[in-house]
Amino acid sequence: MLNYLLRRLGQSAVTVLLVTLIIFVIIRLIGDPTHLMLPPEATEADRQLLRVQMGLDRPIVVQYGMYLLDLLRADLGVSYRFSRAALGVVIEALGPTLILTTSALLLAVVIGIPLGVLSAVRRDGPVDQFAKIFAVMGQAAPPFLFSLLYIKLFSIHLGWFPTGGYGRVSNLILPMLALGWYSAAGIMRLTRSSMIEVLDSEYIKLARIKGVPQRAIVYRHALRNALLPVITFTALQFGILMGGAVSVEFVFAWPGVGRLMLDSISNLDYTVVQAAVTIGALLFTTINLIVDVIYAMIDPRIRYA
Amino acid sequence: MPDVIHDEAPLVVTRRPAEPRLPTATGAGRGRRLMLAQLWVASFIAILLVAVSLLPQVFAPYDPAEISLSDTLQPPSAAHLLGTDQLGRDVLSRVIHGTRISLFVAFCAVLLAGVGGGLFGIAAGYLGGVVDSVVMRLADIQLALPAVILAMILVGAIGFSIFNLIVVLSLANWARFARVTRSEALTLRQRDFVLLARLAGASRLRIMLRHIVPNVINTFIVLATLDVGIIIILEATLSFLGLGVQPPTPSWGSLIADGRGYLETAWWICAFPGLVLMVAVLSANLLGDALRDRLSPTLPRAW
Repeated sequence: MLNYLLRRLGQSAVTVLLVTLIIFVIIRLIGDPTHLMLPPEATEADRQLLRVQMGLDRPIVVQYGMYLLDLLRADLGVSYRFSRAALGVVIEALGPTLILTTSALLLAVVIGIPLGVLSAVRRDGPVDQFAKIFAVMGQAAPPFLFSLLYIKLFSIHLGWFPTGGYGRVSNLILPMLALGWYSAAGIMRLTRSSMIEVLDSEYIKLARIKGVPQRAIVYRHALRNALLPVITFTALQFGILMGGAVSVEFVFAWPGVGRLMLDSISNLDYTVVQAAVTIGALLFTTINLIVDVIYAMIDPRIRYA
Repeated sequence: MPDVIHDEAPLVVTRRPAEPRLPTATGAGRGRRLMLAQLWVASFIAILLVAVSLLPQVFAPYDPAEISLSDTLQPPSAAHLLGTDQLGRDVLSRVIHGTRISLFVAFCAVLLAGVGGGLFGIAAGYLGGVVDSVVMRLADIQLALPAVILAMILVGAIGFSIFNLIVVLSLANWARFARVTRSEALTLRQRDFVLLARLAGASRLRIMLRHIVPNVINTFIVLATLDVGIIIILEATLSFLGLGVQPPTPSWGSLIADGRGYLETAWWICAFPGLVLMVAVLSANLLGDALRDRLSPTLPRAW
């Protein structure tokens, strides 16, 4: 187990390091921030002075080394747009994004797992038919399209929820619904197929022959085993939700990381983009690592693969 | 339940008892018919969309760029079946031309990501060693960031153009292909026919191309079909955010973005491109599911 843990830990560290390197290179390709920071009437000499001050004149390898050293001290540079620490700007935006994605994920789990179990237990029944349509619809449209549909329906026509903004529960409902459906569909489908597979297995048949009541078979024996792949899948949904959150935040004027990145890319505020991606990759890789480790603890076959 | 395809005579008697599943016997028949109907409808829609996007001038009643300031924001009518937008352009014509662009980008991106990722995966699985480590670390990088965010940054770096967009979409989406083909290649490597080919003196490149690739093709087709829906959504998201297809060129995402400000008064500007987008993704997903059940039943569902 310790071997496995160390190997995965090493892999994750390498991944994050490589992500920072690639992002660093990409960001340098985006453009020269001195054009943005200085007024248009500034001379080339002024720009050069600023580049020297910011260290932008040094070789890119040196810049990357300095960036890594700063990273170790949790210093991710200063935002050109806000004139304060990029890390602070990102962390401020991280809160709203986490609220949005976590509540969407929670919604997806609360709807997806029971619906998947019910439709697996009563295959081809009315619940199963409904669940199928639910899943097919949820996976057919990007979250931003649902966002616009909900705004049209629930904000403009019915006036139940605001069209955007942040701070109250009523602000959260529509973005959460728009973001959660896609993941709920995936979780439901995987729960269903995983449950069906387990319910057809030999040990469930044995339990049936022994006369174990249906309820206990479904919830005590089948569900536990069927949920294993669902757990991994659900954790991976977190990244998908982070991606989907960009357009949802954009539509609902939600002050999260997605919107921050969008603004920062168009304003060439590359320390903020870099900080956001670094934090995101760190967060995401850590989640994957934790899921893999939990999985390996539950299922010994993984450790020795 | 789909028929199990036996590609070779079983050498060992299977342990699974041949019990007839009486209660579901009729239900399975109905489910099968339903699935076939789904497959037909999905293929029909897919063919229709491709036909329309190949011949836009036949189907589009107007020039999609033709501005007419005297009929802006007209609701659907006989003259403009899907209404007009804020510049008086015909929404139907713009949706048809947008479908052309979006489908073209999606097909190219899936092909590029699929062939590239697939070949990388086969090389990683069959050759192992350093190649395997390098390819899998690269895949980890792609998977360490959500596709939308990775694509956003890449587009920002290399700039807007249709060609760049295709490259970016494939860079943000190749790892899935690599992972699946790698694990298939790992299993195939152990098979007797590969061993025989090696004994016969076939080169590693020849074994990969002539013996591994044909055996991975079914899985590849399924993955690629399912990927079309994912890529369409990704492209639409980028274009909606203003980072994909640039106006005035229409695409599903940019058309929806155009209508975003007119949700209250002119819903048709967003609604129709949105509807076509949904129908397209739906048919790609249904096709992919049906193909998976036929060609590659072991591939996990729910993707």
